[in-house]
Amino acid sequence: MTKAFRLIEDARRHPLVWPLLTLVVIVLVNVFAHPGFGPQGFLHVGVREGHLFGALVDIANRAAPLMLVSLGMTLVIAVRGIDISVGAVVAISAAVAATLIGGTLVIENGAPVYVSKVPMALALLAAVGAAALCGMWNGALVAGLSMQPIIATLILMVAGRGVAQLLTDGQIITVYYPPFFFLGSGFLFGLPFSLYVVAFVLAVLLCLTRFTALQLFIQSVGINPVASRLAGLNARALTFWVYTFCGVCAGIAGLIISSNVKSADGNNAGLLLELDAILAVTLGGTSLAGGRYSLWGSVIGALIIQTLTYTIYSIGVPPEVNLVVKAIVVFAVCLMQSSAFRVMVFRRGSLTGAEV
Amino acid sequence: MDSLQQPVLEMRGISRSFPGVRALHQASLRLHAGEIHSLMGQNGAGKSTLIKVLTGVHAPDAGEMRLHGECIRPDSPLAAQQLGIATVYQEVNLCPNLSVAENIFIGRFPARRGKIDWAALNREARDELGRMGLEIDVSAQLDTFPVAIQQMVAIARAVSMDSRVLILDEPTSSLDDDEVEQLFDTMRMLKGRGVAILFVTHFLDQVYAISDRITVMRNGECEGEYLPEALDRMALISKMIGRAYVPPGEACPDDENRTESSNAALLSVRGFGRRGLMQPMDLELRQGEVLGLGGLLGSGRTETARLLFGADKADSGEIEFSDGIHNSHRPFSSPREAIRAGLGYCPEDRKTDGIIAELSVRENIILALQARRGWLRGIPLRQQRAIADHYVDLLGIRTPDAEKSIGKLSGGNQQKAMLARWLATDPAMLILDEPTRGIDVAAKQEIMEQVLALCRKGLSILFISSDLDETVRVSHRVAVLRDRSKVGELAGNEVEEGAIMQIIAGSERMELR
Repeated sequence: MTKAFRLIEDARRHPLVWPLLTLVVIVLVNVFAHPGFGPQGFLHVGVREGHLFGALVDIANRAAPLMLVSLGMTLVIAVRGIDISVGAVVAISAAVAATLIGGTLVIENGAPVYVSKVPMALALLAAVGAAALCGMWNGALVAGLSMQPIIATLILMVAGRGVAQLLTDGQIITVYYPPFFFLGSGFLFGLPFSLYVVAFVLAVLLCLTRFTALQLFIQSVGINPVASRLAGLNARALTFWVYTFCGVCAGIAGLIISSNVKSADGNNAGLLLELDAILAVTLGGTSLAGGRYSLWGSVIGALIIQTLTYTIYSIGVPPEVNLVVKAIVVFAVCLMQSSAFRVMVFRRGSLTGAEV
Repeated sequence: MDSLQQPVLEMRGISRSFPGVRALHQASLRLHAGEIHSLMGQNGAGKSTLIKVLTGVHAPDAGEMRLHGECIRPDSPLAAQQLGIATVYQEVNLCPNLSVAENIFIGRFPARRGKIDWAALNREARDELGRMGLEIDVSAQLDTFPVAIQQMVAIARAVSMDSRVLILDEPTSSLDDDEVEQLFDTMRMLKGRGVAILFVTHFLDQVYAISDRITVMRNGECEGEYLPEALDRMALISKMIGRAYVPPGEACPDDENRTESSNAALLSVRGFGRRGLMQPMDLELRQGEVLGLGGLLGSGRTETARLLFGADKADSGEIEFSDGIHNSHRPFSSPREAIRAGLGYCPEDRKTDGIIAELSVRENIILALQARRGWLRGIPLRQQRAIADHYVDLLGIRTPDAEKSIGKLSGGNQQKAMLARWLATDPAMLILDEPTRGIDVAAKQEIMEQVLALCRKGLSILFISSDLDETVRVSHRVAVLRDRSKVGELAGNEVEEGAIMQIIAGSERMELR
């Protein structure tokens, strides 16, 4: 009995409880709206053309870019930073990839073949490289020049869209090269390919957490940069690379997004993605004050946001109020996650949470 | 002091538990009007909790408090303040970005016709400070003044609220002797006005200099109430630690009579300094030696330590560092470099420069070692635990386990963990800046014993302490600083308080280097 109680108590305190609970509640709303496992049901997962399809698969696939950006953002926030340029970096990466690939239809030996301007691998590399440079720029401003992160990244947030439009001559560039579409809408072993990309990045991060001291260093610098430096950490280099990594994540997200819509739009690709990413990180339980962070939490946070967006459309909220509905739900979730609010409402935890 | 007279404040049978800890058990305390009452006890004895109960931060689980004979139960610091119980904490908690006058009257600015009357505000602030013998520009921002002045401002704030009970929680730990004397004058003045003062400190000299009565706490219980003349120092310390006290004379450098160490030099600097921070100086530290840095607060002790460690960059001078493995000829340009060479630095301000509060004791202990190994080669968790447990045992860090956040430990245990952080890197040289500040007598002794044991094994130590007595006791040699330059050096039998004081005071008896 006491053991079971203890288990519940431990679970209640686990940092992922609230994010998971939120996700479950939103999923349940959908299940009630569209019950059953049949073709109309929310939980329906069918097989079509050799791959899985259904609402759940769709949500996961669409959440992929946000999950990637949120992973990068998590680390940036953990070192007391913030990167509001990720949306612009998405646009830059998409623009680079689309411009370099382009794609034309040629007839070769009587058969139509799509040809890219530059080999696709090279184009993808260039796009991610450009995104990495963007991250380095942010990192240099924050770590090297000690600029306020929000101001430092604001520069690229504004300028980045300009750069993207410069690359695309102000046009929306359409890509005619089917192999590129695989990234954002292809399937591998029945699952969307984009999910493998997310899984790969997450796996790399988790491995680094498990086998290197990266997590310790990031948290340490995030909690107390002064003491960290005196303990021998190179806080500046660490911060610089964290921003670079965040840029790379945004770059990959940009590839997936442009591949999904088969085009690059300098103006709208990844628009307001930075805010969704910050929200995802927060929903996942990582404090904006820096320090302790949760990668899984951010992934769940991204899923919450995407599921919420889906829900608003699927239960038929009129489009003109959907932002308000979204805001209300987010507000409620944040309220539930605030320990001060919980104490106020439930009048508990105030005694047990006290420090000696 | 007539003990028949009714006390102003009486706490009786106060108990308070936190999950897993019984912080207070049946504690009691009596404060009389016009007395200075010292509350003594080791870290973790329950002094802070008792004060927090009194000031409404924590509610007691049991017991009663009476103010002027009436039962009180403050449920917040504000409520306690309104009852006339004012507190000045060890860390000054005022607003550094407001003016002195604003700080004194914050929340109750004098107003005229709905507007703040700035002239009256500044005038009253000046009067209030004037009564304490302090004449400063009250319109200047608080953080432009040294900590000692800020402390006085905090007291002025408490006093100006017409408090009947004033709690001073380790107000002297960042003050130098003159400032302490000034504070004592203020305390005596307040005592004359009939204020009951509860004084918490770790400095025994101060307790005997000013107390009318002493209450000793141990393990959350009140050991007893004593008159200072009836309780000598040995007896007091024994009551605090609950066992016979080994006089600190035992914790002396190894040699019978401080013969100068003939070991090779580990670190020597010439013309080493930084413009505007520290005048160029020469300094030498030999292997297995404790070199004390003597001097008043602000004489450049911490600055010297930071320059040597590379936390601030030296802009002149040469350095010769050699422990047989690492060699360095130029000043370290970052702490990282210094640590690679085998240095360690326990900074003066544990909270801001030392601990990573939300990380566990384990993570804090292995941090410097891991930093030296680089991020790529993570220390396996099992090994981390082994290292942490080893030092928790070795240094007697009192914590349920090494996974507890270090911020939740008491000051003394945090300091031991800082020491562990550096010992884990197996350093050749340690810089200890005020390693025993804010730490109780027993922990102090334990820490110093550990340090000296390491010295005997060949570790070199640069030792900084405001407690001259302590510096004299542990150092083989003492370099004396004044006004950010080195003004003298004492070795062997010359190392004694009087001689250091003389050099600080500017007597030319010693050769100046």
